[in-house]
Amino acid sequence: MASVSQLQRQFVEYTTSLYNEGYLDDQFTQLQKLQDESNPDFVVEVVSLFFEDSEKLLNNLATALQQKIVDYKQVDSHVHQFKGSSSSIGAQRVTNVCVHFRNYCEEKNLDGCLRCLQQVKHEYILVRNKLEALFRLEQQILQAGGSIPMME
Amino acid sequence: MSIEYDEQQIPHVLAVDDNLIDRKLVEKLLKTSSCKVTTAENGMRALEYLGLKENNNHFNGNGTKVNMIITDYCMPGMTGYELLQKIKESSVLKDVPVVIMSSENIPNRINECLEKGAERFMLKPLKLADVKTLRHQLIKC
Repeated sequence: MASVSQLQRQFVEYTTSLYNEGYLDDQFTQLQKLQDESNPDFVVEVVSLFFEDSEKLLNNLATALQQKIVDYKQVDSHVHQFKGSSSSIGAQRVTNVCVHFRNYCEEKNLDGCLRCLQQVKHEYILVRNKLEALFRLEQQILQAGGSIPMME
Repeated sequence: MSIEYDEQQIPHVLAVDDNLIDRKLVEKLLKTSSCKVTTAENGMRALEYLGLKENNNHFNGNGTKVNMIITDYCMPGMTGYELLQKIKESSVLKDVPVVIMSSENIPNRINECLEKGAERFMLKPLKLADVKTLRHQLIKC
């Protein structure tokens, strides 16, 4: 059974790696700054909204790209949403794929779009798994009576 | 019957954004900066809240209670720019500061909004420090 300080060290290492590997950027830190006693679950709430929203967007994108005649404006509109919300929570790698995705939409490049859809889904699943792991670690620390270390 | 604090001291901001995550974020940023916040998911809802429908002269809404309006630029239906236009055309609301937010840094777009009377153009995602500064600079109360 890991001690509180071991868990806290794990948390710091894990968080640092997420930033170093580009999964998260400074915007995630901004979200954490907004969390306080009056709103102790703010980050989890916003990230949960992001997960729900992303899954809808991924479905919408898949449907839109399966149409006989693809409406690239519609596809672009979904990608724009995805780019916005991923950027707002600091999911940097997802946002980066969205940028490329929008370029393919503008070119009406179906192959490019389909590839980006796969990529963005992949990046989304990765960041979702990592954030869920992070939140689990936080819960473990709190349940062991510790506090979540502040990241610089 | 008097209240301890003067309600007018707490600015009331109307935040307009079609993206749910961004709405939640901007609301929190503003609340953390000591503002009362009402959110709207598009331009039409914003105008309805403000009391501006087809006829600008028939005023019946919350416009007088709003100290600032912050709106996203890219929204389906009515863009933030179009919303800004309608607000500036209203005799009742034209002096309410309007801030436009966008994830895209397009100089033409920025100039267009500023020329139309937007107080400020801010790039998303917004940072807490910027919102706090904004609140102190723009809201006179």
